[in-house]
Amino acid sequence: MILSRTAKWTLGAVFALVMLFIYVPLLVVVVNSFNVSLTFQWPPPGFTMEWWARAIDNVGVREALLTSVGVALIATTIALVLGTLTAVALTQYAFFGRQSISLLIILPIALPGIVTGVALNTMFTSWLGGLTYLTLVVAHATFCIVVIFNNASARLRRLGGNFVEASMDLGATRTTTFWRVTFPNMRSALVAGAVLAFGLSFDEIIVTTFTAGPGIQTLPLWIFNNLFRPQQAPIVNVVAAALILVSILPLYLAQRLSDDQTGDR
Amino acid sequence: MTTTEAPAGSPAAFLYRHPRARLTGLLALPMTWLVLLYLVPIVLLFVTAFWTTDSFTGNLQRTFTLENFARVLDPSQPFLTTALRTLAVAVSVTVVSIILAVPLSLFLAKIAQPRWRPLLVALVVTPLWASYLVKVYAWRTMLNPEGGFLESTLGFSTGYGWVAVVVVLTYLWLPYMVLPVYVGMQNVPPSLLDASSDLGARSWRTFRSVLLPLVKPAIIAGSVFTFSLSLGDYITVQLVGGKAQMLGNVVYGTFATDLPFAAAIASLTVLIMIGYLAAISRTGALENL
Repeated sequence: MILSRTAKWTLGAVFALVMLFIYVPLLVVVVNSFNVSLTFQWPPPGFTMEWWARAIDNVGVREALLTSVGVALIATTIALVLGTLTAVALTQYAFFGRQSISLLIILPIALPGIVTGVALNTMFTSWLGGLTYLTLVVAHATFCIVVIFNNASARLRRLGGNFVEASMDLGATRTTTFWRVTFPNMRSALVAGAVLAFGLSFDEIIVTTFTAGPGIQTLPLWIFNNLFRPQQAPIVNVVAAALILVSILPLYLAQRLSDDQTGDR
Repeated sequence: MTTTEAPAGSPAAFLYRHPRARLTGLLALPMTWLVLLYLVPIVLLFVTAFWTTDSFTGNLQRTFTLENFARVLDPSQPFLTTALRTLAVAVSVTVVSIILAVPLSLFLAKIAQPRWRPLLVALVVTPLWASYLVKVYAWRTMLNPEGGFLESTLGFSTGYGWVAVVVVLTYLWLPYMVLPVYVGMQNVPPSLLDASSDLGARSWRTFRSVLLPLVKPAIIAGSVFTFSLSLGDYITVQLVGGKAQMLGNVVYGTFATDLPFAAAIASLTVLIMIGYLAAISRTGALENL
């Protein structure tokens, strides 16, 4: 495209401005985590490591972190099994109702979180005896399935049927073919999906608010509950800063492991 | 076929001969999970929207009524205004996202050096993976009217309110607009743009008459995300909206005491989304999702 010099400069300027819009808030949080001032005076009057040390010693933060990791691990494991099974079924078989099943899988993240949250909350509290750790895990696993499913089916579609047919022509059973041919080819897509599912579960707050049992705090819930307590502000800020720094890691991993990630959530 | 299958009569042999059974075996577990633990509660929630709560006992009255929906649409009640404001926020977020995403994607797809492109795209997309709550929190410190970052550096802040809600929601959902639009622009063959220039069109004319019509489906696809994600939000509003309330806040505030009414509001947001999807499905943009 032949663009005038002015057009190029304008577009470059828009890009730079959007970059500032995206990164300044995140940078401010990270810098503030070293801010001496309790009220985040800006520019910071001085820098300190004290808040980081206090956050690491904070029992509430550590427990919340453990809960978040635990929930995300179990939910991801369940989603891995359910998502892979569905992906294999939907890519290798043509049958009536296939479209409805792919819609059903996407629904938990396509519908607003609050709708899912209220619906699950009602089910758990009125029929299944109330909210617990388990209800939280079930809710998270449900919206994680789609991530695994997307990754696994993209890989299976690209893989095609030739390898499977070749393997079975050579005498392997379906089970052998799955474990020796299909699964090894899917592995990196599944790992990428698992990283994304873990991240999704780790960050989730809306459905979590509605499905976590009393006294169970994930890290986002902990942040939310302490957000309005001024004396906790520096600790909350350290946790936020840590999460910003950590969020770069899964992106890097997911991009390395999966080549069919473009626009899907 | 010369496959050496498992001995006849074994489960493996049975499955080999019955593809239906294989399919059932694959789908039994995931479908049981999704139907019992997800679909049934969602359907029941929508059914509840047609029930009422007894104001004395607080019990559900399971008789069909449109009372809840009448209450939402009653002009003497605050809910219609809330619904319209929520719509206005979702539309504003979508429009601002388009205004930012189009030049941004044009820069990424057609001006940035191909060598730098993956890095620049990653820079735009990375914040997508930062925690939702942390991003809203970051904007609280930015916009705080008492000594927030904008106030201390620029001497000006919008404070908490509707403007803040639109800014923060745009911030949150912008990558969902940039990604499809960027991919859409990359898919436009450079030869078409060159042809337009050869025929004498200047940059703006080429952009308006050639590029924009070609990426329109991608823009519509992106708007599905920005629109629907904004529509259901309530936490951003709680944190940076001041006294502002959106439909999500009404659901959150009423679901414990008046579930049928909360369900009616929740159904309304889903209905608006379905209406939006139906309106744009005719443009063929949904295949871009």
